Amino acid sequence: MTKRGYALAFMLVPVMLLTGCASQNSHVMEGGSAVNLRSFQTRAFDTTDKHKMMRTTIAVLQDLGFIIDKTDEDLGLITGTKLSGYQIRMTVIVQPRGEKQLSVRASAIYNDKPIEDPLPYQDFFTALEKGIFLTAQQID
Amino acid sequence: MNQYSFGWCRAALLLACLSVMSACATLPKDAFKLTPTSLQDRQLQSRQFQTLDNKLLLSAGAGVLQDMGYSIDESNTSLGVLTASKQADAKNGGQIAGAVLLALLTGTVTATDKEQKIRICLVIQPALGDEKSSVSRITIQRVVWNTQGQISRVESINAPELYQAFYDKLSKATFLQANQI
Repeated sequence: MTKRGYALAFMLVPVMLLTGCASQNSHVMEGGSAVNLRSFQTRAFDTTDKHKMMRTTIAVLQDLGFIIDKTDEDLGLITGTKLSGYQIRMTVIVQPRGEKQLSVRASAIYNDKPIEDPLPYQDFFTALEKGIFLTAQQID
Repeated sequence: MNQYSFGWCRAALLLACLSVMSACATLPKDAFKLTPTSLQDRQLQSRQFQTLDNKLLLSAGAGVLQDMGYSIDESNTSLGVLTASKQADAKNGGQIAGAVLLALLTGTVTATDKEQKIRICLVIQPALGDEKSSVSRITIQRVVWNTQGQISRVESINAPELYQAFYDKLSKATFLQANQI
């Protein structure tokens, strides 16, 4: 590398720092993503037993290393925190969906950033399916 | 620039790039997966009690935690949840000795652990396959701050002897036997 090459590279570093992690790519698909996000954060289950669903969710969160921060049975709300060298805060809302189903929506924050990747949510619902012995159905 | 400063430049550039990349540290792949030790952890953290009385277990649990200086952050009798926390000393003799030695040798002062916030979560569930029993499970986490006021560690505490100590107290408080599962 020449001197000029180094100078250029050094100028680039602060620029990279400024733009940080929020790469420009995240803006490309902005707008439609909220619907998408909701769809992979949500599953429907063929049960109306909200109490049992909430207790199972709490047990699954404990299995995954979370501590329960807050619960509200009327709202179907559970919030938990996992500390393992990093911090994840998870909010789960259990609500009736029609007359025969419950919908479970989970949203998680990893070190102050929302998790927008579908895979972690898929993993969570896989664990929840095993806990409740019911199939988690994708909702459009 | 001579040959040496070029080498230094290269190292500095690499470091800068690395720090940019690590700022984007991604979520570990197994964060939402059950690990091979999940089942074992659950067994170590759980005890079975011959009662279905959530209220009895939770209020006794709250009493036990209060005795140990915890304050209750969240409780829900119907769901069987109790969460409590306390601030405690986190000074570690060995770590301080190491820091002093390092300071003597190099003149640099390194931060050592100073304070910690401990959180305990107690969850009561109906026992599977036994309609007359409940299963109690505790999990413990902590955040540790160092002498410079920075967070030095965030972790779950996995210590069977602590679980045992808690259940010994809970057992005494409820006059019920805490059975391993």
